[in-house]
Amino acid sequence: MAIPILMPALSPTMEHGRLAKWLVKEGDTVSPGDVIAEIETDKATMEVEATDEGTVARIVVPEGTDNVPVKAVIAVLAEEGEDPASVEIPSAEAPAAPAGGGEDARKGGAEPEPRSAAAETASTEGAVERSATSAPAAETADAGGAGRIFASPLARRMAKEAGIDLSLVKGTGPRGRIVKRDVEKAIEEGVKAPAVAGAAAPAGLGDDQVFALYEEGSYDLVPLDSMRRTIAERLSLSKRTIPHFYLTVDCVIDRLLEARARINATAPKDADGKPEWKLSVNDFIIKAWAMALKRVPAANATWSDAGIMLHHHVDVAVAVAIDGGLITPVVRRAEEKTLSAISREMRDLAARARGRKLLPEEYQGGATSISNLGMYGVKEFAAVINPPHATILAVGRGEPRPVVENGGIEVRTVMTVTLSVDHRAVDGALGAQALSAFRELIEEPALMLA
Amino acid sequence: MTDKTFDVIVLGAGPGGYVAAIRAAQLGMKTAVVEEKHLGGICLNWGCIPTKALLRSAEVLELMQHAKDYGLKADATSFDFQAIIKRSRAVSRRLNRGVGHLLKKNGVTVLEGRGRLLGGGRLAVTGRAEGEYAAKHIIVATGARPRDLPGLERDGKLVWSYFEALNPDRLPKSLLVVGSGAIGMEFASFYNALGVDVTVVEIMDRILPAEDAEIAQIARKGLEKAGIRIMTGARVAGLDKGRETVTATVETGKGNGETLTVERVLSAVGVVANIEDIGLEEAGVETENGVIRVDGFLRTSAPGVYAIGDVAGPPMLAHKAEHEGVICVEKIAGLDDVHPLDRDQIPGCTYCHPQVASVGLTEEEAKERGHEVRVGRFPFLANGKAIALGDDQGLVKTVFDAKTGQLLGAHMVGPEVTEMIQGFVIAMKLETTEEELMHAIFPHPTLSETMHESVLDAWGRAIHI
Repeated sequence: MAIPILMPALSPTMEHGRLAKWLVKEGDTVSPGDVIAEIETDKATMEVEATDEGTVARIVVPEGTDNVPVKAVIAVLAEEGEDPASVEIPSAEAPAAPAGGGEDARKGGAEPEPRSAAAETASTEGAVERSATSAPAAETADAGGAGRIFASPLARRMAKEAGIDLSLVKGTGPRGRIVKRDVEKAIEEGVKAPAVAGAAAPAGLGDDQVFALYEEGSYDLVPLDSMRRTIAERLSLSKRTIPHFYLTVDCVIDRLLEARARINATAPKDADGKPEWKLSVNDFIIKAWAMALKRVPAANATWSDAGIMLHHHVDVAVAVAIDGGLITPVVRRAEEKTLSAISREMRDLAARARGRKLLPEEYQGGATSISNLGMYGVKEFAAVINPPHATILAVGRGEPRPVVENGGIEVRTVMTVTLSVDHRAVDGALGAQALSAFRELIEEPALMLA
Repeated sequence: MTDKTFDVIVLGAGPGGYVAAIRAAQLGMKTAVVEEKHLGGICLNWGCIPTKALLRSAEVLELMQHAKDYGLKADATSFDFQAIIKRSRAVSRRLNRGVGHLLKKNGVTVLEGRGRLLGGGRLAVTGRAEGEYAAKHIIVATGARPRDLPGLERDGKLVWSYFEALNPDRLPKSLLVVGSGAIGMEFASFYNALGVDVTVVEIMDRILPAEDAEIAQIARKGLEKAGIRIMTGARVAGLDKGRETVTATVETGKGNGETLTVERVLSAVGVVANIEDIGLEEAGVETENGVIRVDGFLRTSAPGVYAIGDVAGPPMLAHKAEHEGVICVEKIAGLDDVHPLDRDQIPGCTYCHPQVASVGLTEEEAKERGHEVRVGRFPFLANGKAIALGDDQGLVKTVFDAKTGQLLGAHMVGPEVTEMIQGFVIAMKLETTEEELMHAIFPHPTLSETMHESVLDAWGRAIHI
């Protein structure tokens, strides 16, 4: 049985690409994992790996061919014992023909007899999956989208006019058929990229299913206010679309606590005898994190499809828990501000946040956030990035812990912080540099004066 | 003693009620239906069905009268009015029994009597099935009855509603029909065919006010040609009843008017929902504008109480009631894929001669809603089958959204259009655009080719005109 090798998709929206190079020739034997070809789009290059064992019976698409439709047969393997010369090309489609459109291209490759269609899907999935590590640019693969999209003619036309990719629209018609109301909803709410490559975005349990699990009267139903809806929507979007990674460090903060005590003790008094400032540990964290991003400006970023925005100033959003939710007022240009200025501003913003009196411009924007749960005794945690930020620093409690120092064990006040990072905008090493700068500053606060 | 607790009790066995009951039983719910008079309700006993039987007699008579046109001889055509009425009643009886069998076959308990909500999922029945019953879900499907206008109340003798018009003591010589909706026009058409002198008075400026203006105008011409006198923008100001005649004063605006003496008056000025005396207040069911207020899944303001059909508001049509019954029950059963009724896809049919059928938005409505429209028209005059049938008057009109190609509405007047409209209903439901309709192959020779041509015409591509 001949095994077709198909043009893989480098991204869910990819419709065709260039077959840049063949690394095997007809007659070569290949084993699963062997790199056999290179594929290019305008965005990335990806290696195609063999997923089956066999002999390359036929190279169907010569190297250097542009506009090869996704899922077109690019080569055929003969299985062991099979005469490579007698192998037939499973799909009649002229593979190098420019694709008429995404759906058609997909259909074209997947329409031969059921058995080989299944094989095609499997081999494409395998190839893309396995080469994902060697080609980090290949975010997702459209493997699961092999099937025909069931949509009404009207839905198709409306989607086409609105520029909506029907593969991202959830159908609510009979058997999941996409109908007019689904496209209208997609136009209104926007479509979201699927969370898992290829597979249909797993819809959460529907309300009916959830309610069916609990006995009526065994719970109170708290209505969703707009803040709750916004939190749910934005953080779901964040986890669905932002590839998070996490970096954790321990910071020894004894010097910081000493400095804070001294600074607070010597604060000038105003007319009423009240000290002009009372800095909190959190004020130091805001300042130190802002300065750390100033030192590592590439991490002070926001991802966009058009490019990575590198911000000129460090605007730090600080999560403030309020009744029924949270809000993140932004301390602008925190890297330039003195600790006492940050402290005053934060006190004012937090108070107004609790009274729900912030103006939109006071909680929108920024490129990073800080969430501190130390006051609740939390040792460490990882926070969800608040879009459009690229990072969020999750701060745990400062507590006495045994620390190995100069070969001996000392008790120090240690605070664990975890940085969540948007991998699209900031890579691991860069995130680590920023976090390391933060640790340096928070462990030796005098450096903040430098 | 039978069990008195059910999953679903439906109040009323009209087309909405009995369909809801059967669907509920199909879905495994223990179901009962309460009916005071006739299984099948007005539709089957005093509405849709018996009138179709009468109109069939009228149609055959008209064909016989035109036998010569077809090269046939049927001299001295005549009819037996009582036999026509008898046939119509027999048709209703047969279907009424059929509903009984269907309910029985599906294991639906029929509770004979009048039902009344008691609140808290309870219901009292008076009559043969006297007693108190309980159900998790109660569906009110009590329908509607003829509207009585002040001064035009039916008296059972001189002033008729459709009840008397369906079963009159004798054929009157003249008939005044007040109201030109479907009911009024069908009876006008029937009695006119039997040689009765028929006058229709309509307060609006056109007949069949719910239909597309152009279609209504063509229907009017056909009806007038058949001999019906139609007065639009007119109002019956008063009735002066004699022993066997009524003299009506008809105002035609600006102080003009005339008096008309007829043997019978048919009041066909619409129907009103039956919301009285069924315990709606006790059960906490709110009403609005004379009908029960419901949401998209037919739920009323009282948990566990639903309303479908005429009693849940217009359009008061049997097929709308049936569909609501199914939606309501499927939602109760927790089925996926249950969607509220799309009010823009409810067809309407009038079986006068010429027939009128439509679905969706009229041209005017489509424009009002901001659609840029493309309108196609094709006359039966240019259709081979219609010419062969000797019935070539009428028009098929289609209304599309110019941008998306969505079929917004279809409006037809002419032969068998009530049978053909379903083609456009399905097209709308499947969300076809003009392209699929153009690419569909319509059989030749059929009346349905006019539908194809009308679509083609909307894009200036009609072949046969």
